[in-house]
Amino acid sequence: MELILFFITAAIAVAGAVAMLLSPNAIHSALFLLLNFVAISVLYLLLRAPFLFAVQLIVYAGAIIVLFIFVVMLLGAEHAEDERERIAWQRPLGLTLAAMLLGLMGYIVLRGDQMAPVTALNEQFASPERIAAALFTTYLLPFEITAFLLLAAVVGVVVLHLSGAKRT
Amino acid sequence: MTRVDIVILIVKCIVLALAATGVFAYFTLFERRLLARMQNRVGPNRAGPAGFLQPIADALKLFFKEDVTPLLADRRVYLISPAFAIVPALIIWATIPLGMWPDGRGGNWLQLAEVNVGILYLLAVTSIGVYGIAIAGWASNNKYSMLGGVRASAQVISYELALGLAVLGAVMQAQSFSTAEIVERQTLMWNVVPQFLGFVVFIIAATAEVVRAPFDLVEAEQELVGGYNTEYSSMKFALFFMSEYVKLVAMNAIAVTLFLGGWQFPGLQTLAAAATQQYGFVIGNAVLGLASLGAFLLKVMLLSFVSVWVRATLPRVRYDQLMDLGWKVLLPLSLANVVVTAVLNVFLPDSPVVTAIAGLVIGTGILLATAAIGRPGKEKRRVTLVQG
Repeated sequence: MELILFFITAAIAVAGAVAMLLSPNAIHSALFLLLNFVAISVLYLLLRAPFLFAVQLIVYAGAIIVLFIFVVMLLGAEHAEDERERIAWQRPLGLTLAAMLLGLMGYIVLRGDQMAPVTALNEQFASPERIAAALFTTYLLPFEITAFLLLAAVVGVVVLHLSGAKRT
Repeated sequence: MTRVDIVILIVKCIVLALAATGVFAYFTLFERRLLARMQNRVGPNRAGPAGFLQPIADALKLFFKEDVTPLLADRRVYLISPAFAIVPALIIWATIPLGMWPDGRGGNWLQLAEVNVGILYLLAVTSIGVYGIAIAGWASNNKYSMLGGVRASAQVISYELALGLAVLGAVMQAQSFSTAEIVERQTLMWNVVPQFLGFVVFIIAATAEVVRAPFDLVEAEQELVGGYNTEYSSMKFALFFMSEYVKLVAMNAIAVTLFLGGWQFPGLQTLAAAATQQYGFVIGNAVLGLASLGAFLLKVMLLSFVSVWVRATLPRVRYDQLMDLGWKVLLPLSLANVVVTAVLNVFLPDSPVVTAIAGLVIGTGILLATAAIGRPGKEKRRVTLVQG
C-alpha cells in the first residue's frame, strides 16, 4: 500500500519537475513547480513526518510560489526568456555537473552498505518538539546566522525603497 | 486498516463535503436576508417559505447559464483555476473537530482526521487557497481580472504572517498543535480570555485572508469591474462564489476551535454523564455528540452573523490602508501577543487563572493603546489640489 503510494507520488513529483523545466510559459512553470512541491510534501507524509509536510506546504507552496506568480504577473514576464541572451559556457557546464551528481547518486545507491537502515520511523521521528530542540541546541548557530541573513535582506529592501523615494 | 474502515472514511469525506456545500447554500440566504434587514429591505422571500428555496433556485439558474470561455484566455489554466479555488475550501474541514461523538475505539465520529499538527495543516491549506484567485485573474487575459489576482496574492501573503502568529498564541496556550487537544484544553476556560489580543488579531486577519468585506479589494466593483472572476460564467463562477463562502465559514469554525472552546459548553460533561447513566453508553455518546455538534454550529453561526454585520457596517478600505493595517498594526500586535503568552506561561505555569487574567488585562491594554495611537482624525492631513 505505502509502496504504491510512494511510486505514484514520486512519479508525480518527477513529472512536475520535468514539466516545470520544459514549459515555455513562466506561470505554467510555477504551477508545475507547485505540483512538485505538493508531491514532495506527500512524500514527507509517507515518511511519517506530518510536521515537515505542513511546513513544506506553508513555506514553499503557500508563500514562495505565490511570490513567484505575483512577480511574474506584476511584470507581465511570462515569455521574457530570450534564447540569445544565454551565456555560452553555461549549458555544457550545467550538463557536466548534473551528470556528475547523477553518477555520484547512482554510486551511493548501488554500493548500498553505507545507507542507514530505515528503522526508527515512529510518530515521534520528526515531531515539532524534536525539530525545535535540534534547532535551538545542536544547530543554534546556523539557525541564528540564517535569521541574520534574512534580516539583512529585509533591511536591504527597506534601504533600497527609501533611497528610491528620496530621489523622486 | 480493513476494507470497512476505508468505506467508512470515504462516506465521512462525502458527508463532510456535502455538508460544507450545504452550509454554503444556506449561508448565502442567511447573509442576503440579514443584509437586507440591516439596510431596511426585505430580501429574497418569494421562493418557498421565507425564501427557504432561494439557494436551490440560484443554483439551478447558474447551472443553466451559458458557459463562456474567453477566446484569448489561457485555456488550461482558465479551466483548472475554479478547482484550485474550491479544493482547499473543502479539504480545510478535515482536521476541524465538529463535535465529540466517541466511536468506542478512541476515535471521534465528528472529526475526519486527527493529526498531531492539525493547526499547521489548517494554515497550509489556507495559504494554498490564494492560487485559485491569483491564476484565475491571470488566465482570463483581462487587465481587470489580472489586477484582482495581483491584489489577492499580495494581500494573502501579507496577512498570512499575522494569522499564523495569532494562531501560535493559542498553540502555546495549549502546548500542542493538535486541534482536538486544543479544544480539550479549553474545558475550564475558553482561550478567548487569556488570548483576547490573539482572538482579535485572528478575526481581522482571517477576514482579510478570505478576502471578505471590508478587505475585498480583490473584487472591488468600482475599480475592477468585477475582479478576478469577471470572465467566469455559469458553474465556474458559482465555484468561485462557493469557495469564498465555504472558506469564510471554515475560518469562523477555526476561530471557534482555537478561541471559543470548540464544541465545549458548560455542563456538557454533566449532561453526557447523566444520559449515559440513564440509557447506557450508546445513547450517552449520541447525546454527547449531538449536543457538542449543536454547540459548535451555534458558535460558528454567531461568528458568521458577526461577519455579515461587519460587511453591512464597514466600507471597503483603501489599498494603502490595507497594507498598513497588515504590516504595521496586526503583525506587531500578534508578535506582542506571542511574547506576552510566552512570558506569562513560563513565569506562572501553575496558576491558569492568574495567567488568564493577566493575559486578558495586558491584551486589552495593548489593544486600547493601539486604538488610541492609531485613531483616525488625529493626524490632520491637508490635501492641496493645486500646488502653488
